[in-house]
Amino acid sequence: MNDDSKRGWPLWEVFVRARRGLAHQHVGSLHAPDGTMALRNARDVYTRRGEGVSIWVVPSAAIVANNPDEKDSFFDPAADKVYRHPTFYDVPEGAKHL
Amino acid sequence: MYGNYDTGTAGGSDGPQDQDAQQRFDQLITADQRIEPRDWMPDAYRKTLIRQIAQHAHSEIIGMQPEGNWITRAPSLRRKAILIAKVQDEAGHGLYLYCAAETLGIDREELLDLLHAGKQKYSSIFNYPTLNWADVGAIGWLVDGAAIMNQVPLCRCSYGPYARAMVRICKEESFHQRQGFEILHTLSHGTPDQKAMAQDAVNRYWWPSLMMFGPPDEESSHSAQSTAWGIKRFSNDELRQRFVDMTVAQAEVLGLTVPDEDLRWNAERGHYDFGAIDWDEFARVIRGDGPCNAERLHRRRQAHDDGAWVREAAQAFAEKHATQQEARAS
Repeated sequence: MNDDSKRGWPLWEVFVRARRGLAHQHVGSLHAPDGTMALRNARDVYTRRGEGVSIWVVPSAAIVANNPDEKDSFFDPAADKVYRHPTFYDVPEGAKHL
Repeated sequence: MYGNYDTGTAGGSDGPQDQDAQQRFDQLITADQRIEPRDWMPDAYRKTLIRQIAQHAHSEIIGMQPEGNWITRAPSLRRKAILIAKVQDEAGHGLYLYCAAETLGIDREELLDLLHAGKQKYSSIFNYPTLNWADVGAIGWLVDGAAIMNQVPLCRCSYGPYARAMVRICKEESFHQRQGFEILHTLSHGTPDQKAMAQDAVNRYWWPSLMMFGPPDEESSHSAQSTAWGIKRFSNDELRQRFVDMTVAQAEVLGLTVPDEDLRWNAERGHYDFGAIDWDEFARVIRGDGPCNAERLHRRRQAHDDGAWVREAAQAFAEKHATQQEARAS
């Protein structure tokens, strides 16, 4: 049987907003021929129990990510700036609401 | 969601250039951290996971068949709606798992081809027939119960996408087990004939359910590697014992018995002792000589082929739509 029709369907990443006031969160992925089908399938697969009030589907190929092998050097600039954290500062006794 | 995974393949050396990466991988595993898709991982780890996740995914979609068999004959609209929802869940579970497998660099189509060619396995439990309505109850209570026992520890599996899929699946699975328990409870508190039907289903599904935990520890040669990799958290026999202890107590609530003359509470161990499992039967069913192996695979191929036109139509529509949009844009 010729099943080439199925091969090459792009992969979509699915993001769901669980309820108003929350950000969309990545919940998984699926294959679909276009955005409309991806959205409908995402509804059926990832929100069967009322898990969401809004869905985004994004072509996986459109996501740009850092290379995990460069993880250390990529995030290095954040490592030596402890003064960015409030715990870096000494607060004199008696100073309130700081 | 189902158990009895074949966790074959032992680790191997991947060459000196990978030694740093190997060291980093080992550190993550030792620290009980998760491995993510783009991380370096040993080939054997990848292969083991692909095989286990694929077998798990195949079990989900093959598992739709024995239960789907009773959708049109469910005894009430309520039972029918519940069963349809459950079977739909199994399809969803298959999808989560195929997606998790794909993050390891294999295509879902390739995995389906391997299943259809009989080159990858699915849980042996689905090669048993569902002869009457009570079997749907026994599957929910015993088969899904055993699956949950196997799957809850997988939520902490070292491979991130697999663990995340399992969290979703385990959440959905508890409804499956309860609906099965409710079916059996209703039958066992009905007429004597209905109670006998429930008992018969439990009699047939009890031993195959115990086999779902896989071979005894001393014969499970690949378990040690899977445990070292943080894929497997408990041994087959440990989980099997836990399952027996839990279900025997539940059987009492149902007013049913389990078909094991050697079943005794062992106060010293604090566990039930139970009779010998027929591992020859297990091997036979895995080899392909179970009651329904041929039927399940035939039906799966048929469903795949029958669905070809739907996939083609969706593809054609997407292409047509894309062409129209391009024309409008130019």
